[in-house]
Amino acid sequence: MPEFMAVLGIWLGAFFTLSIFSFLYKDNPFYKLAEQIFVGLSAGYWLIYSIFNVLVPNLITKLFFDFGNNIILLVPLALGIMMLFRIIPSTQWVSRYPIAIVVGTSAAIAMLRTMQTNLLTQVTATMVNPFQFSSPVAIVGTILVILGTICGIYFFYFSKKQEGIYAVPSKIGIWFLMISFGASFGYTVMARISLLIGRLDFLLRDWLHIIK
Amino acid sequence: MTSINRTVLERRIVFLVLAIAVALPLVFPLGLKTQVTPLTEKAYDLVESTPAGSVVLLSFDYDPSTVTELQPMAQAVIEHAWKKGHRIIATAMWPQGSQMADMAFADVQGKFDNSKVYGLDYVNLGYKVGGMVTMQAMGRSMEAVYPKDMSGLDYKDIPMLTGIKSLQNVKYVFSFSAGDPGLTHWIMVAKDKYDIPVAGGTTAVSAPGFLPFVNDQMQLHGLLGGLKAAAEYEFLLGYEGAASLNMNPQSVAHVLILILIAIGNVKAWRKRKSVQQEASKNA
Repeated sequence: MPEFMAVLGIWLGAFFTLSIFSFLYKDNPFYKLAEQIFVGLSAGYWLIYSIFNVLVPNLITKLFFDFGNNIILLVPLALGIMMLFRIIPSTQWVSRYPIAIVVGTSAAIAMLRTMQTNLLTQVTATMVNPFQFSSPVAIVGTILVILGTICGIYFFYFSKKQEGIYAVPSKIGIWFLMISFGASFGYTVMARISLLIGRLDFLLRDWLHIIK
Repeated sequence: MTSINRTVLERRIVFLVLAIAVALPLVFPLGLKTQVTPLTEKAYDLVESTPAGSVVLLSFDYDPSTVTELQPMAQAVIEHAWKKGHRIIATAMWPQGSQMADMAFADVQGKFDNSKVYGLDYVNLGYKVGGMVTMQAMGRSMEAVYPKDMSGLDYKDIPMLTGIKSLQNVKYVFSFSAGDPGLTHWIMVAKDKYDIPVAGGTTAVSAPGFLPFVNDQMQLHGLLGGLKAAAEYEFLLGYEGAASLNMNPQSVAHVLILILIAIGNVKAWRKRKSVQQEASKNA
């Protein structure tokens, strides 16, 4: 039986992969079927997974078997129930309170760490003396980092018209931005091709057994 | 044929040629070699320089949609860590990450003749909701966040976790990350709050966003970006795994895309020229 299920799984996987690929020719019922099954299945999976791996162990079990020590959990339970009020239009306003708490708490927790990691440490990392390095590659690289950072930020400075001498750093900044967009595009191509490789590898190896 | 029909036809031809260009090298590998970049070397050096017996944390922050890119990385790093005698704690900030960890451990176990013992050499603590909040809580107490592992064993009954009170007790964190929560939060919490070395493996799409973190402040100790970096790591370990083999079709596809970009530009240039000529004729 497990072997049959494994084979069935592979055939279903192949069918849905080809159905999704068929969209590249044109929109068709096979693509729509695969798309809708994928969306429905994902939503169902997430719901069940969340219930049994998040709600049950973290809330329901604790409240049922050790209520005295977990009385505080009534607060998230109440907030969770308040969220469900969104379903009824006339009581939607109730759900704004838990959403506000979630957004406010998340922002407060993230703010300090984001400031530290994405701003302060990043700025510190740019304030490097390029000539402390012995290798010419490191010296040139560090100068480029400093130049690119300053000119890239200057490009987004709109409080003064960028003309004449003031336009020079902005133009250098555009070059750095374009090069970074090019690198991002290259990486994106690699990622998308990797996904295609993954599916073709599945079809040719697991389904058709052409690759051993 | 109208220009719209021609565009649709051309697009289909491009898809077909791309599919063939990827499929053929999968069936008939070209044996292309990859060059190791400093970013991969740095990540490799972090694992290499960590003493034997250290407890390290690998976080599986991805799901099956990015398995082609991230699973080979995870397997290579697990193999490297086990070769160096590290004991691995696996966590997951994505729900299906814990299954990805199980698959990776099972695959690498084969190379060690299944000699690695669960609870002594590795443990899978499973998925926890919460992202950065969970990571910060791990900095206070690992046991409070993970009272049990994936199989239901109590934290205190797992031998390799004796002495691991909090995140500060692990020697490095290596996050395989397909998005949020993931590597960004590990940098914020593990590195910038607790000063634990962090390295990462990401999908190629998100790799450029992490490059600024590989800096002199050592926010990231190396970065594996996409399939190529996974192939580089395999090369450093001295074997050709899934990533190395998949770099054959990857390279062919890249050459094809460059050719297609060139053809597209020539076509656009010719079209613009003919429009300009027509305009000058009419004038």
